[in-house]
Amino acid sequence: MRTRESTLWTWHLVAGAVILVLLGIHMFIMHLADFFGTVQGDVLEFSSVMERSLDATFAVMYVVLLAAALYHGLYGLRNIIFELSISERAERVISVLLVLAGVALFLVGAYGTLAVHSAQAGV
Amino acid sequence: MIEPVSTQGEKTDEIVKNVKFKVLRFDRDTIPSPRVDSFDVPVKKGMTVLDALQYIKENLDSTLSWRFSCRMGVCGSCGMFINGFPRLACNTQVLELEADVVDLKPLPNFDTIKDLVPDLAVLFEKHRSVRPFTLRKDIAELDNPSGEFFQTTDELQRYLQFAYCIKCGLCMAACPTVATDRRYLGPQALTQAHRYNMDSRDEGRDERKDEALGTHGVFRCHFAGACSEACPKGVDPAFAIQLMKRDALKASFGLLRKKKAAPLAPKVTSGKRMEGVPDAPKRTV
Repeated sequence: MRTRESTLWTWHLVAGAVILVLLGIHMFIMHLADFFGTVQGDVLEFSSVMERSLDATFAVMYVVLLAAALYHGLYGLRNIIFELSISERAERVISVLLVLAGVALFLVGAYGTLAVHSAQAGV
Repeated sequence: MIEPVSTQGEKTDEIVKNVKFKVLRFDRDTIPSPRVDSFDVPVKKGMTVLDALQYIKENLDSTLSWRFSCRMGVCGSCGMFINGFPRLACNTQVLELEADVVDLKPLPNFDTIKDLVPDLAVLFEKHRSVRPFTLRKDIAELDNPSGEFFQTTDELQRYLQFAYCIKCGLCMAACPTVATDRRYLGPQALTQAHRYNMDSRDEGRDERKDEALGTHGVFRCHFAGACSEACPKGVDPAFAIQLMKRDALKASFGLLRKKKAAPLAPKVTSGKRMEGVPDAPKRTV
């Protein structure tokens, strides 16, 4: 009982779950780690940010979070637009534009994250 | 002799109060710009909105139009927007509204034919699109039945609630998604798709999926729950839609069990018929 839309929707839910976990980790590190004493110093300091970007786990986590957030957000935006009773042709055009926008934003974001990581690691 | 029991409260001839009915009037030919007409109706205990409309038609304005048939919440014809909520006129007692002014409008989310008569064609088109009937691979048996398909009480319970739909359109009128997305199938059609998907005698799940799980199918539901609140028969369309989403999710992960349609029930070969029970009438189809 699978359709293209049910697959897209399932990925939307999966992306939501991924965001919940990764954003939770991000928020914990940014706002609560200091409170619990697990990280020393200011997490927003340049040196701290660079230190995290050196860590491959963090780099991968942020790339995955970027992908999940982009997919979740753009699929949600597509749903909102589709509910405005637009034509099928307009729906196809919007889907293509959103895919292009998503891929472009992902490439920019992933490049930024990995480039900093590579530069820091001296790769 | 069994005394008739009223489910609408005891009717009396005593006038409890006068209620002003504000009715939205519209007619493509004679009233192209909608206007509101007011009518004072002496309301008696147990009087329904449908009774009030009959009073207006008989005594105050014979040109007022609305649709009705059974007068007992079965046919689903008299759905209208009563004091800002979609209800059946026959199922709504005026005094229960606890208002001195009653606003009557045609059902929203549908075009209006005249006054309080909505154009339900789109409802039936969407309903038809999900193929709301038993689909099986044994076409020969369907075309020329030789018996009954087996079904247990538990299997019946899985869809019975959703089979109570009377196609009144109140759920569609209440749905905020139908209001913006005219191509959204809506709670009525989706619930009926689920009703047949759940039927143990049916194996047409895959034939309904393109509509029910399509771009304007179940995934557009925001779970506002307005459909279930408006449904006069307790069908709970919002629940059916969530169950369908659950099945779609299971199918995405390959966890949805394959369905095999129920076989023919074994013929009764023994037993004795009770005295006085006549033969079944001969088949006409």
